[in-house]
Amino acid sequence: MAPSRFSLLTLLRQAFSGPPDLSAHWRSPAPGPAYDVVIIGAGGHGLATAFHLAAEHGIRRVAVLEKGWLGGGNTGRNTTIVRSNYLMAESAALYEHALRLWEGLSQALNYNVMYSPRGVMMLAHNVHDIAVLKRHIYANRLAGIDNEWLSPAEAKAFCPPLNLAGGMRYPVLGAALQRRGGTARHDAVAWGYARAASALGVDIIQNCEVTAIDRDRAGAVSGVETTRGAIAARKIGVVAAGHTSVVMALAGLRMPLESYPLQALVSEPVKPVFPCVVMSNTIHAYISQSDKGELVIGAGTDAYVSYSQTGGLHIATHTLDAICELFPMFRRLRMLRNWGGIVDVTPDRSPIIGLTPVPGLFVNCGWGTGGFKATPGSGQVFAHTIATGAPHPINAPFSLDRFRCGRLIDEAAAAAVAH
Amino acid sequence: MLLIPCPYCGPRPEIEFSYGGEAHLARPRDPAACDDAAWGDFLYARTNPKGIHAERWRHAHGCGRFFNALRHTVSDQFLITYRIGAPRPEIAA
Ligand SMILES: Cc1cc2nc3c(=O)[nH]c(=O)nc-3n(C[C@H](O)[C@H](O)[C@H](O)COP(=O)(O)OP(=O)(O)OC[C@H]3O[C@@H](n4cnc5c(N)ncnc54)[C@H](O)[C@@H]3O)c2cc1C
Ligand SMILES: [Zn+2]
Repeated sequence: MAPSRFSLLTLLRQAFSGPPDLSAHWRSPAPGPAYDVVIIGAGGHGLATAFHLAAEHGIRRVAVLEKGWLGGGNTGRNTTIVRSNYLMAESAALYEHALRLWEGLSQALNYNVMYSPRGVMMLAHNVHDIAVLKRHIYANRLAGIDNEWLSPAEAKAFCPPLNLAGGMRYPVLGAALQRRGGTARHDAVAWGYARAASALGVDIIQNCEVTAIDRDRAGAVSGVETTRGAIAARKIGVVAAGHTSVVMALAGLRMPLESYPLQALVSEPVKPVFPCVVMSNTIHAYISQSDKGELVIGAGTDAYVSYSQTGGLHIATHTLDAICELFPMFRRLRMLRNWGGIVDVTPDRSPIIGLTPVPGLFVNCGWGTGGFKATPGSGQVFAHTIATGAPHPINAPFSLDRFRCGRLIDEAAAAAVAH
Repeated sequence: MLLIPCPYCGPRPEIEFSYGGEAHLARPRDPAACDDAAWGDFLYARTNPKGIHAERWRHAHGCGRFFNALRHTVSDQFLITYRIGAPRPEIAA
């Protein structure tokens, strides 16, 4: 069953002919007995990996196993900020690779992921912020990545709701702007990759939790046990975000990860009032407006390790305090929903994408509070790693081994806050 | 917000405390004798369990003292607190 191609023509044809085509966008097969590659976790990163395995490497006997529903993890819970202005050369290369793929992703997948490069503006509130943001701007420019400094007046011109009135506890002293940054529709990213991967033969199997990882006598992986039976595979890719430590423990590995709840909330929908994305690391707030009209607001993580998938109310109210000071016009807006996701945080705040000490076992994790933006690039380099057995040059620095040899990629300044 | 039972002061709101991460990670006695793998493990590897977690807390805005606790990481419920230096209590899940 090949899905029909979305185009203006199909849209017009369907508008004028009988009932709409509501057929499923991807197949839901029963798990097969064996695959060349099993991916654990059907979030954006896992689905993108499966898509690239099939599309670029011709590996089509691939299963993506998901314990819940597709995109129900952090992919469907995040605030969708996309940008590439990271400090370290390795990270800038990784996130810029992804940003370039975002630009053509709707066409590549034939699915509208609603990527909207509306500009991401990061605020400076003190001398230290100015130094840090300017250092990022200079580093990015040297790497050929757009990032520019705005005076407070220029920041207000770019984002008129911004409050520059005197008397603020944390006044706006300037901002770094990446114009190519923006947002995308999180669900559409998961659905678009699922549809495209499924059409290439990838089996996406939901409600299928991996409960054990099987090894042969040599110690290499030979398959997985799941709540829907055993599945054989010589290559396994773990892409389980907040649950990575739990899955890797099935293979006897202790990971350099801690899992924390991270929260977001949305307001009641209003007419378009907010033109861009604004982030403030210092006072812990970031905000954009969705196409539905809701203000999408990201808060911080709880202080302690937890899998509760909620977060403390004081964390969210702290963020709302900051939002109300920065944008007084939102003070009387009502909040509709809040929720949490479990993010897997590494000591250097950079992801891990590569091989593990267990032959045949690969891992893509540690994206913490900020991996949505990397989804397309992460899937592509991880697929390369699994297909060839060696990392792509872009993900080579992001090895698990860096926590043994000490070659950390310290992005704490860029990514220690939630985004 | 969690209500955290400080063993010295009783139950207090979470914002009075600071979190100290996983408990019982003993620094190797002779770091220079460790190979990279053992030292990297000590610095960075964490159990990060979905279940009972042994962890350190400090009642920073109260008595100021450190203590250990067993907490369930799904319900966030505190099961028991105990002194720094004491072994991890046996407790049924
Ligand atoms: C509130 C919030 C806001 C965020 N905001 C941003 C942002 O603005 N910009 C940004 O770039 N990033 C953001 N992030 C981070 C981003 O969401 C994640 O880094 C990214 O979505 C991770 O994608 P993933 O595919 O790796 O994980 P997920 O989408 O979480 O997928 C992992 C999947 O693995 C499954 N799984 C786990 N264990 C098993 C098992 N044993 N068997 C089978 N399946 C299993 C899970 O059910 C889950 O569906 C945010 C995160 C949160 C929580
Ligand atoms: Zn106390």
